[in-house]
Amino acid sequence: MKLCARGVRIDFWNERIKRNLRVLDCIDLDVREGELLAIVGPSGCGKSTFLGAVDGLVKTGAGDIRVDGVSVDKPGADRAMVFQQDSLFPWRTVMRNISYGLELQGRMARAEIRDRAASLVELVGLKGFGEHYPHELSGGMRQRVNIARALATDPKLLLLDEPFAALDAQTREFMQVELMKILARAKKTALFITHQIDEAVFLADRVAVFSARPARIKAIVDVDLPGQRTLESKLQPRFRDLQERIWRLIEEEAERTGLMTSTVGA
Amino acid sequence: MTSVTNDLVVADVQGGPSRSLWARHENMLLGLLAVAAFMLFWEFSVVFGWVNPLFTSSPTRIVAAGAAMVRDGSIWNDLAVSGLEFALGYGLAVIVGVPLGILMGWYRRFNALLEPFVNALYATPRIALMPLIIIWFGVDLSSKIAIIFLSTVFPILVNTMTGVRTIDRDFIKVARSFGASDGQLFTTVALPSSVPNLLTGLRLGLGHALIGIVVGEMYGASAGIGYMMQTAGATFQTDRVMVGILIIAAAGMALTQVLRIIENRFEGWRVDHRG
Repeated sequence: MKLCARGVRIDFWNERIKRNLRVLDCIDLDVREGELLAIVGPSGCGKSTFLGAVDGLVKTGAGDIRVDGVSVDKPGADRAMVFQQDSLFPWRTVMRNISYGLELQGRMARAEIRDRAASLVELVGLKGFGEHYPHELSGGMRQRVNIARALATDPKLLLLDEPFAALDAQTREFMQVELMKILARAKKTALFITHQIDEAVFLADRVAVFSARPARIKAIVDVDLPGQRTLESKLQPRFRDLQERIWRLIEEEAERTGLMTSTVGA
Repeated sequence: MTSVTNDLVVADVQGGPSRSLWARHENMLLGLLAVAAFMLFWEFSVVFGWVNPLFTSSPTRIVAAGAAMVRDGSIWNDLAVSGLEFALGYGLAVIVGVPLGILMGWYRRFNALLEPFVNALYATPRIALMPLIIIWFGVDLSSKIAIIFLSTVFPILVNTMTGVRTIDRDFIKVARSFGASDGQLFTTVALPSSVPNLLTGLRLGLGHALIGIVVGEMYGASAGIGYMMQTAGATFQTDRVMVGILIIAAAGMALTQVLRIIENRFEGWRVDHRG
């Protein structure tokens, strides 16, 4: 197992009601070597919080998260996060955004860092844009940089927090295919959070459905699509079935907590 | 997915080479025209005796006065004295204001300690401190440096502090996620992201510095542009006063322009300019 989470519980202090709010409760989740596991769930259920805990940015109240058997308590080089759009540093060029993690580590020589960044620029299909600034790039291109920045430190586990949420529908579809290719080339294990059920089914080997808050794991769905996945796969009956099954699970949660109206179409 | 930003596309469409000189520089040419018309009107008002040049001076008289001051060399000394005061006062304000602003923006406790002083002094017109400054520093160079420093340091400090304080939380999260230490967070996120605000502070400080020069020298001095204007005014040499006003205005515009150019270079850095 790449990632092994057992009994993870997270409480947040809510200043308004002066009480601890339980966000996550008893999360048991495994991510296998080399797989892409997607997490979906009703809005605000704590998916991102869980990802933050895996990254080490969020403290857990109870339970244990291990990456390759090593307990997580703070951010480390074995994990890297792809944040939502616009988390690129506007004062750094594409190359220097990608180098950021390596510069912080200070383990590589400058020239070595440059070479590594340059090869990543190529890997994510941005050859020729290395010296551009983020504000000169489109949303899709910025997300490619974001992915490259996370890959630069060669993490064992890649964490993606709704990386395509801010993109338009068309760009998002392209980026889904791109991400699949990039991950295959880089041979990474990944944990992926998304609002889009079709995105989860398309990209993931397995999809974990979170319940409404306090979130538990409601179900884990194996995505057993036959053959190579392309955008056409989304038209397969099997794809539709899986999408519908996951949607039902989320719908149940939304209905249970009266969130229904706010999650339709999310 | 295009490789060009919208700005570039728009600029391309509007700025074709086929357009006439007038169309390309319309705003600037209109401005020049208005200034020229005003000058002519001013000159002819004096020529036709509508106004008394003792009060209003006139463009030709101002040019003549300026030329006389260049010929007798007095203007160079005044310029040098005012320039030195500005350079030292403004430079000192940058050296003190920027680090203090960064520290106050970064450390909550440090800010709590200094905030009452900064707020009180920032709110006080610094000119009100002039009598005190004269008592402490006399009427020579140091009193002018002091008033320019006091005029300039607060806009620089306050803007730098705001820059550090309003760092995007997302950037801090990214840095932390990559394992940044406190020191690295400071140098790789806090410093660069406050550069645009810092430059705004420098530009605002500039205007205050010029006020400091003029008022400081009028209050008590033995040389400088402000001093020259003060003595010329006291002896009804309107032409010479006008020369002084023009010099100060030109210096202000030139220095502001330089800072604007630097600011534009960093425009893409501004967080609110993303996408």
